[in-house]
Amino acid sequence: MSATEAAPAAAPPVLGVPEMGLVVLVGVSGSGKSTFAAKHFRPTEVVSSDRCRGMVSDDENDQGASADAFSLLHTIVDIRLRRGLLAVVDATNVQSRARQELVRIAKDNDVLATAVVLDVPESLALERNRTRPDRDFGDHVVRRQRRDLRQGIKRLRKEGFRKVYVLRGPEQIDAAVVERERAWPDRTELTGPFDIIGDVHGCRAELEELLGELGYTLTRDGRGRAVGARHPEGRTAVFVGDLVDRGPDSPGVLRLAMGMVRDGDALCVPGNHENKLVRALKGAQVRTTHGLAETLEQLERESDEFRAEVLEFCDGLVSHLLLDGGKLVVAHAGLKEAYHGRASGRVRSFALYGDTTGETDEYGLPVRLPWAREYRGKAAVVYGHTPTLRAEWLNNTLCLDTGCVFGGKLSALRYPEREVVEVKAHRTWYEPARPLAEPAAPEDGRPEALVDIEDVGLGAAGAGLHVETRYGHVHADAGSCLAALAVTSRFSVDPRWLLYLPPTMAPAPTSAEPGLLEHPNEALAAYRGAGIGQVVCQEKHMGSRAVAVLCRDEEAAGRRFVPGELGTVYTRTGRPFFSDPVLGAEVVGRLRAAVTEAGLWDRLGTDWIALDGEMLPWSAKARTLIRDQYASVGAAARAALPAAGRALAAAAARGLDTDALAARTARRADQVEEFSRVYRRYSWDTDGAAGLRYAPFAVLATEGREYTDADHLWHMGIAEQLAETGGMVRGTRYLAVDATDPDACASAVAWWRDLVSAGGEGMVVKPVLGARAEGAKGLAQPGLKVRGPDYLRIVYGPDYTDPERLEVLKQRNTGRKAGLAMREHKLGLEALARHARREPLWRVHEAVFAVLALESEPVDPRL
Amino acid sequence: MLLTITATATPEASATDLGFLLHKHPDKVQEFEQSFGTAHVFYPEATRDRCTAALLLEVDTQALLRARTSVSTPDFALARYVNDRPFASSSLFTVALGKVFRSAMRGSCPSRPELARTPLPLELHLPAVPCRAGAEKARALFEPLGWRVTAEPVPLDPGLPGWGDSHHLSLTLTGEQVLSEALSHLYVLLPAMDAGKHYWTDRSEIDKLLRAGGAAGTGEEGAEGDAEEGARPGWLARHPERAWITRRYLDRRDGHVRTALARLSEVLGEDGTGDDPAAEEAEEAEERGPSLAEQRAGAVLAVLRAERVSSVIDLGCGSGRLLARLAEEPGLERVTGVDVDTVALERAHRRVCRGCEGGPGRHRPLLAGASGRRGGPSGPELLVGSVVHRDRRFEGHDAAVLMEVVEHIDPSRLPAMAESVFGLARPRVVVVTTPNAEYNVHYEGLADGSLRHSDHRFEWTRPEFTLWADSVARRYGYGVRHLPVGDERPGTGAPTQMGVFTR
Repeated sequence: MSATEAAPAAAPPVLGVPEMGLVVLVGVSGSGKSTFAAKHFRPTEVVSSDRCRGMVSDDENDQGASADAFSLLHTIVDIRLRRGLLAVVDATNVQSRARQELVRIAKDNDVLATAVVLDVPESLALERNRTRPDRDFGDHVVRRQRRDLRQGIKRLRKEGFRKVYVLRGPEQIDAAVVERERAWPDRTELTGPFDIIGDVHGCRAELEELLGELGYTLTRDGRGRAVGARHPEGRTAVFVGDLVDRGPDSPGVLRLAMGMVRDGDALCVPGNHENKLVRALKGAQVRTTHGLAETLEQLERESDEFRAEVLEFCDGLVSHLLLDGGKLVVAHAGLKEAYHGRASGRVRSFALYGDTTGETDEYGLPVRLPWAREYRGKAAVVYGHTPTLRAEWLNNTLCLDTGCVFGGKLSALRYPEREVVEVKAHRTWYEPARPLAEPAAPEDGRPEALVDIEDVGLGAAGAGLHVETRYGHVHADAGSCLAALAVTSRFSVDPRWLLYLPPTMAPAPTSAEPGLLEHPNEALAAYRGAGIGQVVCQEKHMGSRAVAVLCRDEEAAGRRFVPGELGTVYTRTGRPFFSDPVLGAEVVGRLRAAVTEAGLWDRLGTDWIALDGEMLPWSAKARTLIRDQYASVGAAARAALPAAGRALAAAAARGLDTDALAARTARRADQVEEFSRVYRRYSWDTDGAAGLRYAPFAVLATEGREYTDADHLWHMGIAEQLAETGGMVRGTRYLAVDATDPDACASAVAWWRDLVSAGGEGMVVKPVLGARAEGAKGLAQPGLKVRGPDYLRIVYGPDYTDPERLEVLKQRNTGRKAGLAMREHKLGLEALARHARREPLWRVHEAVFAVLALESEPVDPRL
Repeated sequence: MLLTITATATPEASATDLGFLLHKHPDKVQEFEQSFGTAHVFYPEATRDRCTAALLLEVDTQALLRARTSVSTPDFALARYVNDRPFASSSLFTVALGKVFRSAMRGSCPSRPELARTPLPLELHLPAVPCRAGAEKARALFEPLGWRVTAEPVPLDPGLPGWGDSHHLSLTLTGEQVLSEALSHLYVLLPAMDAGKHYWTDRSEIDKLLRAGGAAGTGEEGAEGDAEEGARPGWLARHPERAWITRRYLDRRDGHVRTALARLSEVLGEDGTGDDPAAEEAEEAEERGPSLAEQRAGAVLAVLRAERVSSVIDLGCGSGRLLARLAEEPGLERVTGVDVDTVALERAHRRVCRGCEGGPGRHRPLLAGASGRRGGPSGPELLVGSVVHRDRRFEGHDAAVLMEVVEHIDPSRLPAMAESVFGLARPRVVVVTTPNAEYNVHYEGLADGSLRHSDHRFEWTRPEFTLWADSVARRYGYGVRHLPVGDERPGTGAPTQMGVFTR
């Protein structure tokens, strides 16, 4: 770690260079920097001032462009360092001023700076420059550079370079070997499984008990003291720091932890208490408050040798650890994403003390900034430091300090299982300065209510949403996100209610039957072709899609959704289903009553439930649409077509030939009547909640789980139970079909014909296995709709059955719609999974919002 | 889709002379291909006493779908398939009318030249005229032209009792009219009533309108116009509803409407201000004093000046009326506008930008990404954003303004707004204005308990606003003072209430 004056002797000098960080080459013009850089680094890693000069001026030697060239160079270096890459600066860097700017950029990015000095004899440099026609500056330039260099070499450490390598002469330069060094915190190769243990603070007995709970076997020395612990399945314990102070036996805890680390059974990061202990043991003057006095007193009773071991152990701890391929970060006081895997005083200070404001609160304790509330990183961050009542996840971070020494609990996290294991404190060992707080985030203990603009793919960086789902990546572009934002921000229900938005549904592939656009055969064949034999045909209700989230009591709503409420019903775009809050509350009340009466709270072991279904009649929600888009078309036609018919009849009576035209006009009139019958059938008057019917077809989620893995017969069973309560819930007729059995398929077709000829919209064919059913090509379409020929008049127009129209419609590409349905389906599954895992609001909302974005007509993001 | 024109005999002419005027023989059934279908002309009756010509347009829905017209790409996704165009008297129909009866509309009739200039007893019938403005409007449009009007609303649906009438009218016009004028009335007024043209309204529509309205002398066409100068101004220029008709016919395109109205005024020999509704409105406004919106902006500015703020973020800036005034404020180093509506933000950009590139008046589109982008170095920064989301870009401003914004937020989302603005952005000063519901009794035509704007989620009384403001101030450590904006009336206070939060 010290400045290496590479020995002029035989062994080739080895230069340790960080994988992520800054390397500054220092040397006069002609010292061979570019050659050295090309030999040891990838071209993309090298940022050369000559190249930058060329980029901004078309002339690599235009000294007049130097200011702009360095501005570009600094920008590139800054970006590379921010992105966690190596940047090698190929410029003379002989002047202190030039180097300082680079060191500042490294510091800003919390990475280490390394200087490599190439010191060649002046004569060699001059000769090299003379052989290069593009370097026509005089010898005095090189001499001046060399003078600057000689003066500067001694100052490099002081300037902030953590490592300085000086290579003297061409032989040494040629012989040098560069070795990439990983940053200390980088232990990504360790994949665990881990048991991360919270702040122990000298509570040895509780620690031994917790290790026992976790399945570790303790080893003891001759005096019965625990000196190690090993898990039979090879798990690794990770201590989050603050092993010492306040508690009854800090030396005992150290002995055990140090033994485990020594034996490879544990890892450990330092806490602020270890940091202070190190200073005290080194003899620095420190105030022995916050339990340090007790620790020092306990250590007094130990041997000098033990104290030396303690000092060596604590002093050697690395500020934080990056584990499991970068998916897990352990740091005593937590760590924001920009600091993961980095090394600087600032990073160490954050890891030890957290993001403090420098102010103190009314108890004299430092005020901490809520970094975890804003955390959006992919890595889980597990930490301690701030005693709280419970260990609770917030934005993929978890604080494990549950105040054992203050009479709370000692907690551990099993990772990757993400289970919290805890043991109670045997007693209050130390009186807390302030009472234990609720878990980190929202002061009032509610789920966080606010979504950041960047969480929906917009804001400063805004480039749309990229959602990682279990079934692959789904992208919504910025324009679609903008359009969706305009809707959600003005009309949607509180985002805490939105655990899911229903995906759009693909129609069955176009029917081969003459005169028909959709037919059950194609839907059954599509599933059969995908390797799915067992399907269920469900009656398709013609109403408005409605997701109902119902809570047993306000406690459940406050804990999981929105305090002070009991539930909500929202539309497929996330808007409140009922604009009248009184009516909305009445419907929620009736549906809750049905859940209670059906005994579902107990049966499903939950105090809330989310249902997906259809609210009837269609006119309850869509009255304006029916009026303006459908009935008014019927009205115009009923006024115009008979008048035309009469005029044609009169003309015919005069002996004019109008037969063909009259026939067409009459056919139009019939088609319009068919068309009108469709929307009339789905319109009836309701009076408040009376007359409304809700037909659920899936249980989406209950406390702690979601039901996309449940088969549809189970879902239909729940729906039946709800319908049997006789309230506003209506059942859904269905038929389980073996798509590989021709007779079963024929009966499905007959069943469909009965439904549509009786005025039904049609049916939906779904894999029996449920939403997560997979076929030969992976995830299957969750459903295919097969709508009746009459119903389709309100989709494609009254006259769509005319042969020339139908011919065109049969060419319609259902693939695009199917692709969209699949992407939205993946997002829906992901949203429910994240909600069930109690992931933070923004994570659930991201997937939900993306569904809406995909459904939105994009706004031109350039406006 | 259907128009019948019935003529009755006069002492001078047989009813069947209608055939000469229309250039269509009464004993034939004729077809005319149109872009979007086929027009048929036939005569249901043709006697000496009474003769009826029928124009029947059969719309080809497939052609309409292919064409990607405004009918085929509306907001409502399915309207391209399901719409009243095949049945109603829409712009499709008037285009056919203009083509099939082109000569008749010009008043040319070589075989009966006198007749073409003579008012005849006519009856026009259209069974389904889309007119959302209602039957009253139809009467107001046709009666000044000398028609007796029967306008019956078409019932919506016999199968949906209680749903009322549709927005279509069964329209019968009777009167003594020159046939060419009668046709031009339909040519102009049917699309105006419907206000849903299937084609793009470009500048040539102005000429079409003025020609059909009888004011053919167009400034740009010079010589031809001079020839008709001194003749009686056309029917449109004299029509009391000409502003409404012009606006609707020209699809509300402001520039076109102004041009057309100016040219109509010229025909009348007016100086262009006398009867201009816009000018009248402006004059009236001057007498009334500054509008409430202006007073509101003035009050906000006064507060910002008194608080000596150095930077402002206008949350919910809309089309930038306040932003424009903030941009003029000398004391402000930084002005930012935020809105979730990108269309409004684009308007705000044009209003506050002093020219992005290539000089004044030239604007590059707001390169938004999602973030919106600076309106040029000289203008305020504009951001697409929403106050119910946390947004780092809101931070670092001395003051935030929420002018007439909170009432557009669902009450359940207000805490999120408060957290974002007061809790996280935490400007030193926050100015909130919102309507005072108590004042609503002074608005005529505002029914009891109804709100001033259809998107208002609520309107607060003064105590309700105070209650909310106090709780927000307490929660986030602000002090708040309340001020009235607009004319105060005893008992009800001012139309707008303002809360000034400071910390």
